[in-house]
Amino acid sequence: MKKKRKERIDRGIKARSDDIFAVTSWREMLYVALPPAIPVVGLLVLPFILPTYWQKVLIATAIFALLAMSWDFLVSAGMVSLGQALFFGVGAYTSGVLDHYAGLPIWLTIPLSTVIGGALCTVFLLPVLRLRGVYFAMVTLVLPLMLERIIEATAIFGGTEGLTGLKPFPNQWIEMYLVGGMVLVVLFGFRRLMTTDYGLVFKALRDNDRAVMSAGLNIYWYKAQALFIAGSLGAFCGAAMTHVYLFVGMPAFALDYSILPLASAVVGGMGTFAGSLLGAFILVPLSEALRGIGGLRIVLYAVALVVFVVALPEGIFHYVKRKYLQFERWVHVDE
Amino acid sequence: MLEVTIVYGFINSVILALIALGFSLTFGISGVANFAYGSMYILSGYAVWILMHKAGIPFVAAALIAVVLTAALGSLLYRFVLLRVRGMEISEVIVTFGTGLAIIELFRYLGFTGFEYTLPVFTDGTVLIGGVYVDHQRLWIVVIGVALAVGLYFFTHYTKLGLAFRGIAQDERTALSLGINSDRIAELSVAMGAGLAAVAAITILPRGTISVNDGYDVLINAMAVCIVGGLGSTVGVVAAAFLIGYAQMITDAFSGPHWKMIVSLVAILVILVIKPSGLFGKQKELEERI
Repeated sequence: MKKKRKERIDRGIKARSDDIFAVTSWREMLYVALPPAIPVVGLLVLPFILPTYWQKVLIATAIFALLAMSWDFLVSAGMVSLGQALFFGVGAYTSGVLDHYAGLPIWLTIPLSTVIGGALCTVFLLPVLRLRGVYFAMVTLVLPLMLERIIEATAIFGGTEGLTGLKPFPNQWIEMYLVGGMVLVVLFGFRRLMTTDYGLVFKALRDNDRAVMSAGLNIYWYKAQALFIAGSLGAFCGAAMTHVYLFVGMPAFALDYSILPLASAVVGGMGTFAGSLLGAFILVPLSEALRGIGGLRIVLYAVALVVFVVALPEGIFHYVKRKYLQFERWVHVDE
Repeated sequence: MLEVTIVYGFINSVILALIALGFSLTFGISGVANFAYGSMYILSGYAVWILMHKAGIPFVAAALIAVVLTAALGSLLYRFVLLRVRGMEISEVIVTFGTGLAIIELFRYLGFTGFEYTLPVFTDGTVLIGGVYVDHQRLWIVVIGVALAVGLYFFTHYTKLGLAFRGIAQDERTALSLGINSDRIAELSVAMGAGLAAVAAITILPRGTISVNDGYDVLINAMAVCIVGGLGSTVGVVAAAFLIGYAQMITDAFSGPHWKMIVSLVAILVILVIKPSGLFGKQKELEERI
């Protein structure tokens, strides 16, 4: 019996455009430029063409995309978090407190809470940096729940009521372009960062941290830096969302902010950041379109998460990328 | 006041141990993550309620059916979900956590909250213990909890199956070479853990109404007890349950019920920072900590 095997070969245009010849032909230049152009054009144009309601959805989607990229970045550094809500909530409360108690203007609260929030998250997780894998994941799962209960028990920062009447953005265009611009900066910035020597250290942390140690690098110092970067990004999301909702309260530590970024990154494809973006832009509008299901949202995300981890662990982005770069054919194999 | 704290602290500790036994059997002893544990707990509670009130089946039969159903669900979870990601620890955690989340939130969506969702007590009445009135159900909890803890200890130390459970956690390849089918054992372990969750739910839930949020609290409490006690140690589970149980009771008595839950969360954090392998855990110390 003749057996067949699927063979994958790079498309000719891919091989050509890898090279310097790329700049000699419009076709090849387009082939290279098209994929990165999609998110750029999309995020610049979408605010103009969407109706008001969907503009709000766009903001939420971009926020979740940012959280997913922050999750993806932590995973790239070998730290799996089950609690992005920690970063989000800390950022949200920091900006809420800066606004409510210190009365700072919005262009100060957001940058400040990005930095302060990132630093706070790093300090919270500093004691557990030695833990790996499942144990680190458990701690991150537990921390936001604990902070939520502490706020409930001590009634600080408005307790169960939360802080209301915070300052809004001057107008919705600034909201959309601030968040959308941040998505683009983070997407391309992280992708570039992971190819630099600095980013390679993070990847090495994930693959074999002992090798990094024997190279004479302090892995805890690098892990702390990775945490600070991911934490700041998460805190930025929290701060921006606080000023969109004009409210900060215990829902900032809600499970949504932990599970949705995770689901987005897994559905989209881990390790590329573009996958996280894609995942968020699929899942959030989808759940918004299915508004009737209301409380089923988390169920939907959880099921998507499980199905993708089991059935398509590479994620949509890797799948699409493969189709874009390679073609497949069946070849006969000799016995 | 002191007697109340002592007696109810004891009962609270046994409840914690009872909750943690199933989780410990799956995650601690066999090394298979089952973060859908909390959802199995409430699922079996609701299953009994539905069987009794919608299908009109008597309590004892309904309870037995619920235990079997939950165990079957555990085995399905292993066969269709966990098996495919076995060995990738993080994926194991994510898929089981996702499954649990889906089940819990589904119950919330279906509107299973309210005072009518209660399970009947085994026997009615109260007894006086050391000047404190204790109802029969809490005595049942103590009896069943102690019996299960002792049973689990003997099961994992003196039966072939129990030793196989510990074997696949210690070294799966060696276990395979000794003729242990590690996939079958892991499946059994998830199923038995789920069954224990059901037993715990049926014993504990008659104290109050079944609430969806119990799913999360049970998972966190079970995790706290297993981590503090040390993975793979039944003695550790009991010791940690008493430690956390009394700590919770004392916190409750002195600073209000809001702080009760924080005790287990703090316990997880503190023990992971100070001694990641737990109080009585021996294996894996080197792997967890560099």
